[in-house]
Amino acid sequence: MLLECLVREGVDCIFGYPGGVTLPFYDALYDHHIKHILVRHEQNAAFAAQGYARATGRTGVCCATSGPGATNLITGLVDAMMDSIPIVALTGQVTSKLIGSDAFQEADTFGITRPCTKHNFLIKNLADLPQAIHEAFHIASTGRPGPVLVDITKDVFQGQAHYSPVNSIHLPGYKVFTEGHAGQIRRAAQMMWEAERPMIYAGGGIIAAGASEELTSLVETLDAPTVCTLMGLGGLSSSHPNFISMPGMHGSYAANMAMTHTDLLIALGVRFDDRVTGRLNAFAPHAKVIHVDIDPAEIGKIRNPELPIVGDVKRVLGKLNAQVNELKESSAAKNAEPRKKWWAQVNAWRDENPMKPSFSDKEIKPQHLISEIDRLSGGEAIVTSDVGQHQMWSAQFIRFNHPRLWINSGGLGSMGFGLPAAVGAQFARPDKLVFSIVGDGGFQMSIPELATIAKHALPVKIVVLNNGYLGMVRQWQELFYNNRLSSVELDVFPDAEKLAAAYGFKGRTIDKPSELAAALEEAVREPGPYLLNVKVTPFENVYPMVPAGGAINEMVLANPQPVSVD
Amino acid sequence: MLQIISVLMENKPGALMRVTGLLTARGYNIESLTVARTLDPELSRMSIVCDVEPHQRPQLIKQMNRLINVLQATDLTEISSVKREMVLLRVRAALPNRTAILKEAEIFGARVVDSSTEGYALEATGDSEKLDEFIDIMRSYGEIEVTRSGMVAVSLEARKLKLAGPTEVGPRQETAMVRD
Repeated sequence: MLLECLVREGVDCIFGYPGGVTLPFYDALYDHHIKHILVRHEQNAAFAAQGYARATGRTGVCCATSGPGATNLITGLVDAMMDSIPIVALTGQVTSKLIGSDAFQEADTFGITRPCTKHNFLIKNLADLPQAIHEAFHIASTGRPGPVLVDITKDVFQGQAHYSPVNSIHLPGYKVFTEGHAGQIRRAAQMMWEAERPMIYAGGGIIAAGASEELTSLVETLDAPTVCTLMGLGGLSSSHPNFISMPGMHGSYAANMAMTHTDLLIALGVRFDDRVTGRLNAFAPHAKVIHVDIDPAEIGKIRNPELPIVGDVKRVLGKLNAQVNELKESSAAKNAEPRKKWWAQVNAWRDENPMKPSFSDKEIKPQHLISEIDRLSGGEAIVTSDVGQHQMWSAQFIRFNHPRLWINSGGLGSMGFGLPAAVGAQFARPDKLVFSIVGDGGFQMSIPELATIAKHALPVKIVVLNNGYLGMVRQWQELFYNNRLSSVELDVFPDAEKLAAAYGFKGRTIDKPSELAAALEEAVREPGPYLLNVKVTPFENVYPMVPAGGAINEMVLANPQPVSVD
Repeated sequence: MLQIISVLMENKPGALMRVTGLLTARGYNIESLTVARTLDPELSRMSIVCDVEPHQRPQLIKQMNRLINVLQATDLTEISSVKREMVLLRVRAALPNRTAILKEAEIFGARVVDSSTEGYALEATGDSEKLDEFIDIMRSYGEIEVTRSGMVAVSLEARKLKLAGPTEVGPRQETAMVRD
């Protein structure tokens, strides 16, 4: 019956790990057309489901058994919650009569996952199951998307019943505001033409709503400089002339300077994350703010907007574009002069401190590695990453010409995300070239998934940016803790060639800049998986950098003084 | 100042935990909490008294409204509302005092719910300050034992309640986040 519900929801694959109480479910899966991908750890099932969801926009599904299976999912659920990714997690629970008796592999999954999910269910009666499954998919994928967990007792799994189709669900308390207030939209359009220094700040909401086209149209009509947040990269093509890169802690100089000097900040599907805003009282101090978001709880959470619009950003932008176009003829000329000056200023900032990768002929600079990957991708490949320096360099130097190409753990910042996310993304998009750029730290957290990649011969190109350190933590220790490098050195790393060979695919370690381009090309040419371990300069830091709690226009652009290396 | 939040929610397991979880996650203490079924047996009304920093409160209430099981969360702190609490109180008192106790009870509109050689059990309702006084006075007559119900409140302003309608089941399009 569960499978019939899943088929009805259009599920074609599940990432999971079986166990005692889910045995009846796995028995039913045995000869079912829904694919089950056996991962090597439940956390990675949740990450893979996210990779699938992030690459397609469809709801990802993961599955784990009771007790440890369910608790292992937690990081993946919170990660999906923070980044608003639609996934449904199915977990087994002990037989309903045994709940509360400290039965084998029992845990209060429903209680534990309450704050980790958008919503969760505990199903103890077979009759309640179809309704709950359909509600779960509905909640996960509508409004502000997020993870939903359904905890199912073993007796429900064992029960046999005819599936009588559920045709409608009713959640009286679940209100989704999609349309946006017409009057507010009209006022927003007016404000956009009245501004002298407008700019657009686009986030993950653009990706979730599939609003890239509408965003691009607004950007072009207004001809405003535009930043995409870490979650919004690809929302506007990185190759677009109005794109001035990512704002925030490791954002571009131009992006942060523009944020500081704009007089109208058009915030679309963003949540004013602290990594973007820096010190709040210095963030966009001269700007009026228009904030469009589907979640009313985001409005005014961090910054009170002059004009809030609650709605689906795709719908709202559609209407807004119509209004902005209508007003163009009568209003565009008014501020043409100051807007020209504004662009001249933004371009001057761009030229002053462009995002430039550094190169060396002795060692491979990490930025060099990333820009080589960018060259091979040409803005078209899917790139997954973990969290840390490699993630920031990837966000800075890799172009994403479309949405849903850049897949990373933004809000929660989970190490170990990149590899399993690549598994999910490659299953979802078998046609796509998928790079998994991981650090030597995060890679070792999800190393077991090499087995999943090998088993399915997934042609994922795993590129380990290996600096021998937990690079980002090391950078902070260097800059803020007198370079006392405490527990950040990763001096043991497996031989990549042997490691890959042990799993039955190709791998290689390189450390010379002259080998880099050819090695990456070889990895891409290889029809199967490839593990490329790239030894890069160990002590490279990510710049620009806004120290935590600093104002975003006070960026540190390069190493303050030569660093002593012992 | 203590604040009162009224929450109309579905009468389902876990609903209470979701609402109170938003308070505990921020480290706020709940001073009192009452929940009971409404006229519609599928719904419950909860009244929460807590001490939340004023600038945090609108955000907290929005997040309560975001919960799937919550139909409406309303801040009653600053809008006109009636707030009442009930106290059950047992007072041990020697016989000579008992007439005086009854007189005091009458002043507070309290009823005697049990009478024995040991003393009385009394029931009183009112706003919290009045009940505080009542308890103080009874304490002067002898040893007491008190159970308070926590505050219940009703808004005096009519508020339109917007509910979501039913939705069809089935796979949604790739990026469909939209419902009519």
